Amino acid sequence: MAAYETQGFKLDNSGKRVVVDPVCRIEGHLRVEVNLDDKNVIRNAVSTGTMWRGLEVILKGRDPRDAWAFTERICGVCTGTHALTSVRAVEDALNIKIPENANSIRNIMQLNLQVHDHLVHFYHLHALDWVDVVSALKADPKATSALAQSISSWPLSSPGYFRDIQNRLKKFVESGQLGPFMNGYWGNPAYKLPPEANLMAVAHYLEALDFQKEIVKVHTIFGGKNPHPNWLVGGVPCAINMEGTGAVGAVNMERLNLVKSIIDRSIEFTEQVYIPDLIAIAKFYKGWLHGGGLSSKNVMSYGDIPDKANDYSAGNLLLPRGAIINGDLSKVHEIDLKDPEQIQEYVNHSWYKYADESKGLHPFDGVTEPSFVLGPNTKGTKTNIKELDEGGKYSWIKAPRWRGHAMEVGPLARYIIGYAQGNKEFKDPVDALLKELDVPVTALFSTLGRTAARGLECQWAAHKMSYFFDKLMTNLKAGDLNTANIEKWEPSTWPKEAMGAGFTEAPRGALGHWIKIKDTKIDNYQCVVPTTWNGGPRDHKGQIGAFEAALMDTPVAKADEPLEILRTLHSFDPCLACSTHVMSPDGQEMTSVKVR
Amino acid sequence: MTPKRILVLGIGNILWADEGFGVRCVEALNAGWEFPPQVTVMDGGTQGLYLLPYVQEADCLLVFDAVDYGDEPGSLRVVVGDQVPRFMGVKKMSLHQTGFQEVLMAAELTQKLPAELVLVGVQAEQLEDFGGSLRDVVKAQMVPALNIALDWLEKWGAAGRVRDGLSESITDNALAMDVYESERPPAELAYRLGDARFLNMETA
Repeated sequence: MAAYETQGFKLDNSGKRVVVDPVCRIEGHLRVEVNLDDKNVIRNAVSTGTMWRGLEVILKGRDPRDAWAFTERICGVCTGTHALTSVRAVEDALNIKIPENANSIRNIMQLNLQVHDHLVHFYHLHALDWVDVVSALKADPKATSALAQSISSWPLSSPGYFRDIQNRLKKFVESGQLGPFMNGYWGNPAYKLPPEANLMAVAHYLEALDFQKEIVKVHTIFGGKNPHPNWLVGGVPCAINMEGTGAVGAVNMERLNLVKSIIDRSIEFTEQVYIPDLIAIAKFYKGWLHGGGLSSKNVMSYGDIPDKANDYSAGNLLLPRGAIINGDLSKVHEIDLKDPEQIQEYVNHSWYKYADESKGLHPFDGVTEPSFVLGPNTKGTKTNIKELDEGGKYSWIKAPRWRGHAMEVGPLARYIIGYAQGNKEFKDPVDALLKELDVPVTALFSTLGRTAARGLECQWAAHKMSYFFDKLMTNLKAGDLNTANIEKWEPSTWPKEAMGAGFTEAPRGALGHWIKIKDTKIDNYQCVVPTTWNGGPRDHKGQIGAFEAALMDTPVAKADEPLEILRTLHSFDPCLACSTHVMSPDGQEMTSVKVR
Repeated sequence: MTPKRILVLGIGNILWADEGFGVRCVEALNAGWEFPPQVTVMDGGTQGLYLLPYVQEADCLLVFDAVDYGDEPGSLRVVVGDQVPRFMGVKKMSLHQTGFQEVLMAAELTQKLPAELVLVGVQAEQLEDFGGSLRDVVKAQMVPALNIALDWLEKWGAAGRVRDGLSESITDNALAMDVYESERPPAELAYRLGDARFLNMETA
């Protein structure tokens, strides 16, 4: 590849190549390769999904009302959000309207998933990119206590408490059983926190581990079966019986009170632990504002959380909907998932083939035909690739584009769009945070900005759960107990052919399912998932994807310890389980890094 | 004395042929037997940290899963106690494998690892068949695997009783093994191979 310029980035792959594989801490199916110049700055980035995906094909011929149950099995992380997207796609195709209570309950479940995912992501998948666990062993528990008490009124903050945590950690480290802490590049100069901040963060890592399990109980209450909640085309599969006392299926007042209590505790934990930690950590890293990538240029959100049921227009969606292109924040473009000119997937650099690859295909016309061909400059063999050739096909992920543009999706995209729209719910917390950190608004376009937006959104989502809980209770008390519309349940009521699109904002970004129904069975089903948007490869014009863009121009302290690369990629909360398919290379716990 | 709380967990991805072994086992166990109230039989699917609360609450944990020891396909293995985490999950195909190891580690970190751990695993024959079901040699091990589980449950003071009448299914009906197998789209419509050509990690 000759050096070239795209989207404002100068790509040059002449420097030494670093390969990181896999990237994810838990679900690892993502590999990146970068080229460093002689100052160890990233001048070329290549993101590849290393697995084939084929969920769509096994749905052909099945009952559309069951699609959610299959899509729920794609992934161990976004279970519910795929199911919700799926039932929305079917409802859109068949023009099924859901009751208000169903809308409130679905929103509570979706927001609950956001809160859970953001919290778990921050503490258990991402914090260790900023927090040096081993350094925590050197902390003074007393000083840690003073630090904790200076930033929050959270009660677990005594010197004795932190001493206990430190001792537990010491025992764990000394047993040689580092477990989740095994992957760390401890002691790397890119870690900036003092030992006390590290110890505080480790304590909250453990607390969050215990607290996260409370949050998901909401899914049990409304979704029934565990850990795969039930969903229903036409509403939600839970009956409500306010007077009921016994178990037998229906959700009663006792269960609803438990939901309320979980919501309140989620707000408390987010505001007293998560946000203060985020600010405390960010203060030490505000000089490290790399990783912005496409966020200052092209961002997109489908929007989600309909205030009133069945209205999916931008004005009714509480999470912002729209697209910003070329960094022009003065204009938020409308998005239409069904317009064949807007969302298109390209496969020029993906291991699939189209009859004519100069054009992208809209998901309704999506084709998933594998074609595992490597570019001529690949190093290694088909089963043992040492270096990919990004000039050829190099990923199992397709390259989706919105009106031809590569887009970033996720919490930062949502916050930028909300900010651009002047929506106070998004703009005010951002402004307050920027002020507290004493950084300009452009600081938002960074890895740190992405991580901060996720925290703010967690707080937002926790409060919105409360809003929909109150809405649900008001409706129930007014005597409306309806949770499902089964008028069109019977396939005999359906047209011979129908097509629809369903969307949600998954924790990691815009998620869409497109369905075609023919003679009451699924004729075509396509999913375009958030990590396809963010992690996709180059397209027909050589434009790079969001992961690739975010890595560009980042200096790396130590080439064989690419902490900065992991930090930026993790900030997207990548989940390749669904953007490609099942496989975890060799079950290795350690990320392998090769420098050439 | 309060009875030991027991969790019987089936993990794996039913969409990848023999990867579905664990889930199919708990499905069958639930369909055929009834247990005292301290026993929870759960389809863990490919869930990771979502399973933590159930694991933390258990005194005894029995896990069904497809594993890879390089044995003859269809070989059954029972792994007990400390040995469990290391061998969890099929080496090359399991989405949940790191996920579930994390769960056990998280339970340990929070000082709530079940006192007794048992893994009933079967050596998979075929994983690279997306949308496929269990192969015969693996399916044939379901009954022996269930018997092993029933013995452990009895030892833990929670003997099963043959179920009288129908149970409420623990997976969605659309995913039940017979429906899943009979409604499978033909190969010319639905490409079934995925992973013969994935990128292996470099070992050099």
